[in-house]
Amino acid sequence: MKYKLLNLARQIGLIILVMWTVVSLVTLLIEFVPGTPATAILGETATQEQIDDFNKKHGLDRPAFFISVSKNGTVTWNGMENRYVDYFSGLLQGDLGRSFRTDRPILDMVMERYPATIKLALASMLVAIAIAIPLGVVAGTNKGGIIDNFASLVALLGISLPTFVVGPFLVYIFAVKIGWFSATGSLYPEDIVLPAVTLGAALSAILTRMVRSSVIEELGEDYVRTARAKGLRERTVVFKHVLKNGLIPVVTILGLQLGVLLAGSIITEKIFSWQGLGLLLLDEGIAKRDYRLVQGCVLVISLTYIIANSLTDLVYRWLDPRIRLS
Amino acid sequence: MSRLTYFGIFIVAIVIFVAVFAPFLATHDVTVQNLELRFAEPSAEHWFGTDALGRDVYSRVLFGARISLQVGIIVVGVSAVIGIFIGSIAGFYGGWVDRILSGYVFNVFLAFPGLLLAIAFVAFLGAGLEKLILALCIIGWVGYARVMRGQVLKVREYDFVHAARALGAGNMRILFTHILPNAIQPLIVQSSLGMAGAVLSEASLSFLGLGIPPPAPSWGTMIDEARQFFSIYPHVLFFPGVAIALTVLAFNFLGDGLREYLDPKQRTR
Repeated sequence: MKYKLLNLARQIGLIILVMWTVVSLVTLLIEFVPGTPATAILGETATQEQIDDFNKKHGLDRPAFFISVSKNGTVTWNGMENRYVDYFSGLLQGDLGRSFRTDRPILDMVMERYPATIKLALASMLVAIAIAIPLGVVAGTNKGGIIDNFASLVALLGISLPTFVVGPFLVYIFAVKIGWFSATGSLYPEDIVLPAVTLGAALSAILTRMVRSSVIEELGEDYVRTARAKGLRERTVVFKHVLKNGLIPVVTILGLQLGVLLAGSIITEKIFSWQGLGLLLLDEGIAKRDYRLVQGCVLVISLTYIIANSLTDLVYRWLDPRIRLS
Repeated sequence: MSRLTYFGIFIVAIVIFVAVFAPFLATHDVTVQNLELRFAEPSAEHWFGTDALGRDVYSRVLFGARISLQVGIIVVGVSAVIGIFIGSIAGFYGGWVDRILSGYVFNVFLAFPGLLLAIAFVAFLGAGLEKLILALCIIGWVGYARVMRGQVLKVREYDFVHAARALGAGNMRILFTHILPNAIQPLIVQSSLGMAGAVLSEASLSFLGLGIPPPAPSWGTMIDEARQFFSIYPHVLFFPGVAIALTVLAFNFLGDGLREYLDPKQRTR
C-alpha cells in the first residue's frame, strides 16, 4: 500500500513537473519572436507612444524573467516583478491574458472553440474504433490469409497517407462528385463525417495493427485452449475471451492518441474550415501574429494531451491487474 | 525480406535518384509562371499539367523530392546524433543522470504532441527551412535517445564490456568503441521510420504555411496552394499527394522490413 501511494505521488509529481515545463516553454517562447509583439501587431509605422501604450497594456514593459542580461553583459535581478511570474499567477487564476488584437480574454476565445475540437477528436476516435476492431479481429483470426494481407495493406496506407491528402480526396468524392456532405463548415450534424474520417484514418490504421497482433497473441494463450476444449463456439471464444483481454493495450493507444488527434486536428480543421481550436490557432493566432492567443491555444492543447495521457495510464493500471498489483 | 520491403527499397531508390538528378530530369523551370497556361491538363508538354500560376507540376514534384529528402536526411542525422549521445549517457551512467534524463527530460519532450511543438516553435521563431529543420530536430531526438538508452542498458551488461573494463579501458572508450557499435542496430529501423516522419512533418508544416515559403516547390506547399482549386482541377493536388504518400509509404515499408530482418523474433509474427 505504501509503495502504491509512493508510486502515485511520484506519478503526480512528474505530471506537475511536466506541466510546469510546458507552461514555462510556452511562456518563454514569446521572447524569441523576431522584432517585438508590438511592432508585429501595430506595424512598422507605429509611433513610439503607441508602442509604449501597447506594451504597458499587455504587461510587456515589465522584464521577461527573474534575471535579464543587457547588451553589455550586465546581469540584473528583477525579483518577482516579471512577465514569467505574471503569466503563471494569471494562469493559476484561470486567466490566460488578453488578445493582442481584439483585447478579448484568451480563455473565452479558446473555450468557444474547444468543444468543436473535442467533438471532432472524439468522433474520429469512434470512426477509428468502428473500422479497427472488426478489421483487426478478422485479420488476426485469419493470420496470413487474404483478409489479413488486405487489412495490413489498408493499415499501412492509412498510416502513410497524410491527412491533407486524404481530406481533399474525400471532399472530392463525397462532397463534389456524390454530394452527400458539405465540402467545408459545420452547419449540419452530418458535416462532421468527412473531417472525422479524415482525422481518424491514421488512428484506425494504427489500431487495426494493434488489435490484430493482440488477437494473435491472445489466441495462443492457454485459456483460449481451455475455452475451446469446453466446447465454446469460436465466435464466443474470440468475442468474449480473446477480445476482452486483447483490448487492454488498445485502450492505452486510444488514450495516447487522443492527444495526437488534438494536434492532428489542426490540419483537419484547416482542410474543412472546422471552427475549432486548430483553426483559431492558425487563422487568428499565427496568421495575425497574436502571440498571446498562440500561447493560449498551444497551452490548452498541450495540457489536454498531458491530462489525457495521465488518465490513460491510470485506466490502464486499473484495467490490467498485472500492472496494478506489480 | 517481404515483397513490400523490396517495394519500399525500389521507391526510396527512385526518390533519391529523382532528388539527385532533378535539374536534369525537370522539363521546365520550377518558378517560371505562365498565366496563359493556368491549370493545363496533363499533356506531352506538361506531363503532370500546370498549377494556378501556370508552373509545371512535374518539374515541381521532382524538385519537391529534393526538399523532402534534404529535410529528412538533416533532421534524421542531427536527431540521431543528439539522441544517440544523450541516450548513451543515460543508459551507461544510470543513477541520477538517468533519472533526470529519462525520468524527466524524455518525458517532457514526449508530453508534447510533436507536431504542436514544431508549430509552436515555427509560429514564434518564424517560417523558413532552417527554423523548420530546427523545430523537427527538437521534437525528433528523443525517440532515438529512448531506443539508445534501452540498448545501452542491455549491452553494458554483456561479458565483453566487463572484459574491456577489466583490461583497464576508460568509460568513454567502453561506451563509444565497445557498447555503441553493438547497440546501434535498432537505430537503423528508427532512422527509416524517422525519415517517413520527417518527410510528413515537413509537408504538414508547409501545408499549414509554417514550413518552406513559396515559391519553393515543397510538396506540402503545393498541396496547400492546390487545395482551393481541387474540386475543379484535381490533377494539381493529385501528383504531389501521390508523391508524399508513396515516399512516406516506402520509408515505412523499408523500416518495417528492416525491423523484421534485424529481429528474428518478429519474423514469426
